[in-house]
Amino acid sequence: MAFKRQVDRLPIIPADAKEHNVTCHYCIVGCGYKAYTWPIQTQGHSAPDGNKFGVDLSEQQPMETEAWYAPSMYNVVRQNGQDVHLVVMPDVNCVVNSGLGSIRGARMAENRPSRVTGTQQQRLSDPLVWRNGVWQPTSWDDALDLVARVTARVITEGSEDDLVVSMFDHGGSAGGYENTWATGKLYFESMKVKNARIHNRPAYNSEVHSTRDMGIGELNYSYSDYEVTDTIFMVGANSMETQTNLYLNHMVPGFRNGAKFIAVDPRRTITIASSEQYAGKDNVLHLAIKEGTDMALFNAILTHIVDNGWVDADFIANSTFQGGVATAEDEAHPASLGSLDHAMATCRTSLEQAAEICGVDAADIAKAAEWIAKPKDDGSARKCVTAYEKGIIWGNDNYRTIGALVNIALATGNVGREGSGICRLGGHQEGYYRPSDAHVGRPAEYVDQFLIRGLGGVHHIWACDHYKTTINASEFKRVHKRRSDMVKAAIDEAAGGTREQVVDAIVSAINAGGLFVVDVDIIHSQIGQNAHVVLPACESNEMNLTSMNGERRLRLSERYMDPYGNSKPDCLIAAGIAQNMERVLRAIGQDAYADQFKGYDWASEEDAFMDGYNKGNPEVTYERLRAMGNNGVQEPVVGFADGKLVGTERLYADGTFDRHGRDDKKALFCAAGWRGWQAPGKAREQASHRFWINNVRANIFWQNQFLDQKNDFIQDRYPHPFVEMHPDDMVELGLNPGDLLEIVNDNGVTQGMAYPMPTLKRDTVAMVFGAPAGSQGNVVNPGVNELVLPDYKHCWGSIRKIADATAQTRSISFKAHEAVL
Amino acid sequence: MATAGAAAATVIAPEKASAEALARVDFPQNRLANISDLAVNEPMDIAYPDADSPGVLLKLGQAVEGGVGPDGDVVAFSVLCPHKGWMLSYSAADKTLNCPGHHSRFDCETGGQQTWGHATQNLPQFMLSVDEKGDIYANGVDDLIYGRLSNVL
Repeated sequence: MAFKRQVDRLPIIPADAKEHNVTCHYCIVGCGYKAYTWPIQTQGHSAPDGNKFGVDLSEQQPMETEAWYAPSMYNVVRQNGQDVHLVVMPDVNCVVNSGLGSIRGARMAENRPSRVTGTQQQRLSDPLVWRNGVWQPTSWDDALDLVARVTARVITEGSEDDLVVSMFDHGGSAGGYENTWATGKLYFESMKVKNARIHNRPAYNSEVHSTRDMGIGELNYSYSDYEVTDTIFMVGANSMETQTNLYLNHMVPGFRNGAKFIAVDPRRTITIASSEQYAGKDNVLHLAIKEGTDMALFNAILTHIVDNGWVDADFIANSTFQGGVATAEDEAHPASLGSLDHAMATCRTSLEQAAEICGVDAADIAKAAEWIAKPKDDGSARKCVTAYEKGIIWGNDNYRTIGALVNIALATGNVGREGSGICRLGGHQEGYYRPSDAHVGRPAEYVDQFLIRGLGGVHHIWACDHYKTTINASEFKRVHKRRSDMVKAAIDEAAGGTREQVVDAIVSAINAGGLFVVDVDIIHSQIGQNAHVVLPACESNEMNLTSMNGERRLRLSERYMDPYGNSKPDCLIAAGIAQNMERVLRAIGQDAYADQFKGYDWASEEDAFMDGYNKGNPEVTYERLRAMGNNGVQEPVVGFADGKLVGTERLYADGTFDRHGRDDKKALFCAAGWRGWQAPGKAREQASHRFWINNVRANIFWQNQFLDQKNDFIQDRYPHPFVEMHPDDMVELGLNPGDLLEIVNDNGVTQGMAYPMPTLKRDTVAMVFGAPAGSQGNVVNPGVNELVLPDYKHCWGSIRKIADATAQTRSISFKAHEAVL
Repeated sequence: MATAGAAAATVIAPEKASAEALARVDFPQNRLANISDLAVNEPMDIAYPDADSPGVLLKLGQAVEGGVGPDGDVVAFSVLCPHKGWMLSYSAADKTLNCPGHHSRFDCETGGQQTWGHATQNLPQFMLSVDEKGDIYANGVDDLIYGRLSNVL
């Protein structure tokens, strides 16, 4: 029986409620919301002069009304020490979402911590230190002193290479320009930490090296380009689920204006099904390729376009490199880059060759090429927006595959112009502003393997949970736990000792192979179970936070409530670590080293913003961003005029390309040579197991469910991670809907819940990524590309039943996801 | 969520508060139909708690949790999508209510659970009872109906 909130009325927002700009802190799209707060003992009333909307609320409101909010959009939170009513609802005036709310963002209010309504009581309120066999709540001074003493001892007795850092690099809830700057300043300026990794992958690296090396930054269009294009070419992405209001508010208008849709995905997704409804079946082409074969498909499409002369010859002549090889293939470049002719010598693939490799009809590949590039009957060129995401970013041969896709956009001149673009769709929002990471090197250190090999002594973790979101997770977890348990045991044995004695005991354990773990997070995460110090951070809207979305739209999401308990913004936690490092280093006579930790005397997140982002972008201040509201300004900001920040609608409008740093500003093509499975172990694993274990996302969950794991509406729908299977495969394995199963291979084991999905191919399953009750990463092998990009997507395993459906799983809906209209 | 007290607190004198600060609003008890009016898997248009709140009355043909009537299979739901208020349409083939606007869908056999979609709540279900004559009454709603900040206006 479905979860119901049993809410039959909500307090009415009074006309004089405080109004705050909010950018949804979940996905890359960054929908605009408005937060309204007002004193707890009051509310508005239904007469038009008594509520924020100025309408008669004693009447039923029409569809798409501005004057309704769902129970999930309401809560009671603390503001300046007082309990207040809170409503967070979609902003009809934001150009990103035009009043649409997603199943994620429209629950922001409900997912705030509240001692009054009891929501999100999992949030950390105080620092915790491992002491007396448990985590003891303590003060910031106590916790930061221990962090600094152990860290300083390890990096001065050894080197900064003994400090391993896992840190977010994104915008949105935990990131933003404030927090990426502060962590970057600490680890890349005060220190030169080389053994760093990012929240979702085992190294500190770009996910899209090749497009950057070709000169093209990966977020180059404006969302409005979807509305005026002729073709949307989507690869390895499922925007209806994961960039919901980009799809509904920009791609669907494109379909209504006549755009065709090409989807490259082994699986029939909801995006494909919905596009058939919105665009008409005849205007949708689904290329259901064999997993991991994208590059061969792209090369064939490029070849067909080139051979038919459907290229943009002027653009190629004026904006792309002409002289053969520009960048040779080497350790840092998994393919050579240069002119179109140079690339074609490697990329040339016939329709028939690609059809054989990819398992789709040659005629369909030709059709895709036509929809992308065949001139219209009047001779004018077609416009095409190309969009891609994890299907190839976390796929086979990342560098060459993305390069092969970008080749198509370059050859047809589909970048920098209205109705075009070649962009990743994105996961989180962006908010990267850090000192140079050049010292990290390329290829970067494979940090997970570094830790597994027993290296490193201190691990600082910032809003990452590798228990749920890394490859080879089974082995990583075993080793991380064993090494951190050594330090816990040493602390336990030193009980009753002085601070100096406890630090000595910790350092001895580290020298014996142990790992001292500091976890900065908003909740006590799974990897946080290994921590010795846990530092409580707050989220966006408990602090002011700036980020940009997938069309580089920069907004200030305003603070409307207090940080929970004694939690703090990450930037101020980083400052606290730096200040304690300075003090501790000075106390042990390392004055010069201590001086490197000066410059963190920030009282607020705005101070961190001014110290970092504003120094590089002096036009941009909180005050000016506040005035720009939920529509913000598209980066790069190029000026300030008439009281407004002046932005950039799309990049490369002048036909010059600079992301690679070349003086000639010419874009490069990629010699994307197909070589089958690039990462070690994939071919053998595929041959050994029946099922391809595709890891997928669902609109209902935000990332690894860090908040949703305590949201009743969400957990009621999927009490266990779904493993979608073809019904005939379920019958063969004796599985009924809701049965618990496990997926097994040489890398490890994970578990989930069987969900019949008739649209899946046989012998494939679609398992949700990053679930707390079953990590798909457990069964993914350690294979990465030359630049340490993980191939999460290619994993094969055997499936067996664990148990019959539970009372809970038996009661949920197991129907197909596609709407029947 | 503790919303009910807040809704009434400012307008009611202290001596009356305990009498009128209800846990839930007073829902009307409305007769919707008689069991004999229903055919299996043929939706009947209804409205509850008033004429401006359209709903559907269904005899599913198989007992479900929360179902009423002699076969335990009669249920009723709001048909305003709790995402953006579009009117849902019934698919007899799989007993779901589907939204033509943004493609959310709700399962009539699991209490209106959103099978897939954008809404942040499951579909409000009308609580039913059946008297000895077979008359079906609606007595309440288990979640907030789209387009109104009080289920009873």
